[in-house]
Order: sequence, then C-alpha cells, then structure tokens
Amino acid sequence: MLTLRPEHYDAMVATAIRALPNEGCGLLVGDAEGKVSRIVPSHNVADSAKIYEIDPKVLLRTFREADDAGENVLGVFHSHTHSEAYPSPTDIAQAPDPEWHYVLVSLRDLPTVVRSFRIRTGEVTEEVVSVTV
Amino acid sequence: MAVKVRIPTVLRSATGGRATMDVTATTVGEVLAAISSEYPNVQEQLFNTDGSLHRFLNVYINDDDVRYLGGVTAAVADGDEVTLLPAVAGGATA
Repeated sequence: MLTLRPEHYDAMVATAIRALPNEGCGLLVGDAEGKVSRIVPSHNVADSAKIYEIDPKVLLRTFREADDAGENVLGVFHSHTHSEAYPSPTDIAQAPDPEWHYVLVSLRDLPTVVRSFRIRTGEVTEEVVSVTV
Repeated sequence: MAVKVRIPTVLRSATGGRATMDVTATTVGEVLAAISSEYPNVQEQLFNTDGSLHRFLNVYINDDDVRYLGGVTAAVADGDEVTLLPAVAGGATA
C-alpha cells in the first residue's frame, strides 16, 4: 500500500499537467512502510510525450538527502498523456528497483487517474493508494 | 585514497542491507572492484559481461557523473563520495 497526503496527490497531478504536452515525472520520498513524506518533481530530461527520464541530478540530490534523513526514495511517478494509468512494457522493462512503488498518472480522461504498482521481475501488481490527511 | 560509497537500495539485497562502504581506491574502477570483491553478487548489477559499466547504472564522484570524467578510469581523491544510482526512465510506448 502507498499512503499519501492530499498535497502529495495534488503535486503529482500538477507536475503531470505542467509538463504537457510531455510526460511529467518525479520521485516519492518516505518511510520503508510506503508512507510518503514528500514529492520531488523532476524535469523530464527526455523532453518527450512518449518517454520520461528523471533528471539524474534530482535523483542524486534526493537520494542523498533521503539517506541522510533516514528516509528512502520510495519510488517514482510519471504521467501518461494519452494512455491509461498502467505501466507500459518500457516501464516494466526499465523498472529500476523491485522495492519501489511505481505511480502512474493518466491525463487521458477526466477525472485524472492515479494508480500505483509494484514491479518485480517483470510482474506488475497493483496496490492500494490511500490518501489520508 | 579513502572514499565513501553510497549504495542504492536496489543493490542492498546484495550487500546484506549495507548502505555505505568505506573503501581505499585511486579510480572508480578500483572502487567498484572493492565492492564486488566484498559482495560478489553486486558485480553483475554493476558491469556488463564485457566489463563495461551497466547502461542503467549511474556512478557519481561527488556531484559529477563519471561518464564525463573517463568512466572507470576516473580518479578519486581522499574524502570523495562515490554514489551509485540506477537510471530512472520509462515510456508510454514499447
């Protein structure tokens, strides 16, 4: 399960909208139980509507800060502008960490859809996203 | 040269959960060899079979990507911090 506060949810959707027409992306930081403490938006350095890549400098800074604070980079979010909120074959093939949460924000339909997945050795499992104040 | 290495969570299953290591090395290649020698299971996650650095692995000396510093031959100095991180990317189409 991924646990978010409403502002984290809003931050991911806002990042996705601001990145249009490209995919938007960013990192989730929090504790080992999947409780998010902050969202770190990243420029999509792929500058593309079809692919995303987290700015390596943002990842480096965020990883060090989280490590020093006893937190973890919990996962990554990115948007799909014209397809459903489900990991693409590329997302699955390139998923960097089996412990991560992979959040997809789809802007294809209204209202915006936010879903979260675990990706382990190519196997995708959806998890509950709990938004609590 | 005494160098601190930060190990990403994805590699910690191969390092028994260890998050940092202090190693003695003069180049990035020696840093990675020191990690691989202590934790052999890390090796295949760092290197391709031809010995080159894995495409999805980013290695930094302090704030600098070693790809722009000569890769595994990049020199490390006393007190440098070497950080290993996966590339984080994907796409909507295959």
